[in-house]
Amino acid sequence: MIRPARAILRKDLLLEWRTKESVPAMTLFSITVYVLFHFGLDRGSLDGDLAAGVLWVTLLLAAVIGVTRLFAAEREQGGIDALLLAPVDRTSLFLAKAAALFLFLVAVELVAVPAFGLLLLGPGLGGALPELPLILLLGDVGIAAVGALVAALAAETRARELIVPLLLLPLLVPLLISCAQATEPLLRPQQGPEDLGRWLGLLTLYDVVFVLVSVAVFDYLLED
Amino acid sequence: MYSKGLAPLAAATAVVLTAALVLVFFYAPLDADQGFVQKIFYIHVPMAIVALCGWVAGGIFAIRHLRSGDASWDLRSYVAIHLSIILGLGVLITGSIWARASWGHWWVWDEPVLVSFLVTFLLYCVYYPLRFAIEDPERQARYSSVFAIAAGAFVPLNFTAVRLAQAYTHPRVLSETGGTMPGEMRLTFYVTLIGMVLLFVTLWKLELTAKHASMQLKRLRRQRAERREAVAA
Repeated sequence: MIRPARAILRKDLLLEWRTKESVPAMTLFSITVYVLFHFGLDRGSLDGDLAAGVLWVTLLLAAVIGVTRLFAAEREQGGIDALLLAPVDRTSLFLAKAAALFLFLVAVELVAVPAFGLLLLGPGLGGALPELPLILLLGDVGIAAVGALVAALAAETRARELIVPLLLLPLLVPLLISCAQATEPLLRPQQGPEDLGRWLGLLTLYDVVFVLVSVAVFDYLLED
Repeated sequence: MYSKGLAPLAAATAVVLTAALVLVFFYAPLDADQGFVQKIFYIHVPMAIVALCGWVAGGIFAIRHLRSGDASWDLRSYVAIHLSIILGLGVLITGSIWARASWGHWWVWDEPVLVSFLVTFLLYCVYYPLRFAIEDPERQARYSSVFAIAAGAFVPLNFTAVRLAQAYTHPRVLSETGGTMPGEMRLTFYVTLIGMVLLFVTLWKLELTAKHASMQLKRLRRQRAERREAVAA
């Protein structure tokens, strides 16, 4: 199960490395959304709950692009038939796609989060340092699991580009709540009382539930 | 196939719902602070409970569909989700009216139950575009079931998250119904809840029967057309 997953993941990463399609687009999109928030809110610098909300909403919107493109190469080039003909467990396909999405998100965040600190954040990222990467990684796991499931669900429908954001964003609301609430005290000018444990617990619960649900139902998608 | 026991069920629904309305308007006492408008609670809360249970039931039917491959379970899941969305719209409207009357605003973002219900409702609304964007009937059933299962798992998680995110300033509906309500109110509430459950099951069976009949009709028409073509050739 792991070996085919690694092979598919390697193929996806190589494809992304050569075409440079998803990650640069997602990064560019996040910066654009920061600019939109800057003008929309008419604020030069943000802190606290506003900053956490802007950061996470931007990352989720960027994730929508990644999820829409997740099966794009397979669909356009007909590689999906080869993948389905190969004697490979669907679970390894799911693991590979979720891992690819996870790595894309991490790559985007490596640029987009420092850019957020530079462009919009008032207090500076230094105060958030030990905890914020952990929250980001846990959030990425959840986005990757739900995203791979949604991408596979939408891959065979006619209105793909329509289904992905409509399906993905409501499913990610609990994740948004826990990530934004966990990030909020880290971005305040004066570090206030933190409630990190509760939100990280909820985030972990979300990740576990959706990884399990996705693995369980993924076998029924992309058949024929 | 689906219509077994529909007539007595419908009769029971009519009796219980009538009794529930009589209880709501003539038996249950007026609420001390909210007055008459509190009676919307007897419609709103049972409707919300039944809608959420209908969504979760849709997920359970979907699991049975994926395990057995029997398309009738997919139909059950679809109709349950469909009816719950209609009830859900009713929940949002009655909830909004109640919020306006008792808190002065049509929409209150710190009411966790209302907000998590809205998110769930929005998610389930995507069921239609997803289902009808797939033409192949077998694949349509399979994909809809996958959605129903993922969304069914989402319902409790979402309620936990939204509830945790709010300060506990408002009375929680479920403890309100169980704990502090006077006996007459509680009895009325339970009768309306039973009435709403019966209404849901009756409508569910009715819709299943209708959908099944129209599917059979379509199949028969197609068979007749094919036979005519064969005769003509």
